Amino acid sequence: MKFKSIIQKLPFRKPFLFVDELLEIDDKGAKGCYIFPKISDFYKGHFKDNPVTPGVILTECCAQIGLVCLGIHLLGGATDTNLKIGLTSSEMEFLLPVFPGEKVIVSSKKVYFRFQKLKCEVKMHNREGKLVCKGIIAGMFKSDKNG
Amino acid sequence: MNEERYQKLKEIVKIYLPEDVSVEDISMESHFINELNINSANLVDIVLDVEDAFDIMLENEDMDQMQTVMDALQIIEKKLTVK
Repeated sequence: MKFKSIIQKLPFRKPFLFVDELLEIDDKGAKGCYIFPKISDFYKGHFKDNPVTPGVILTECCAQIGLVCLGIHLLGGATDTNLKIGLTSSEMEFLLPVFPGEKVIVSSKKVYFRFQKLKCEVKMHNREGKLVCKGIIAGMFKSDKNG
Repeated sequence: MNEERYQKLKEIVKIYLPEDVSVEDISMESHFINELNINSANLVDIVLDVEDAFDIMLENEDMDQMQTVMDALQIIEKKLTVK
């Protein structure tokens, strides 16, 4: 199964894995979902007595599903050896809060993938289909095979 | 050296310079990463802008060779002559 093998290749693990399931993937973009567990540690402090998912975590979720999963798909077999990735830029707009236990759906559209750099437009929607955040994220992909 | 191309390239590089490097710091010998402090992600953007500005296409090996401003100009010239 294509989706499963991509998730297995992700270099993230709990508590910093923000991908539950991949729903769609092709050379142009990716779509996946994640449920933010109510017990996540950051809710204790963001905010005090009023837990809301931090924007940086929403950005990370967008990047893991929209950028990293897509990058692994685009690189294909080249990701078998020690994949190294780095976020290089993100420009996000946040429109709605995401509360503990909420499910989000992230979709991405490739702007370009050239010279190991992948740039994507990303969007996150909530269960009601409302836009939560959107932006442009880019990262570099390197596997040991090509130095 | 083609002055017009050099100026055109400088205009592109300028956009990606970090705050502590000014356009006057750019010379033919400038190394993009070591001297102009441009990171590899922005170097990709420079290459993509160069492709658009000169209507050429660069390959991975061109990217590897493109260390200095002079290298970039030589690659541009090579691509323009085979076009």
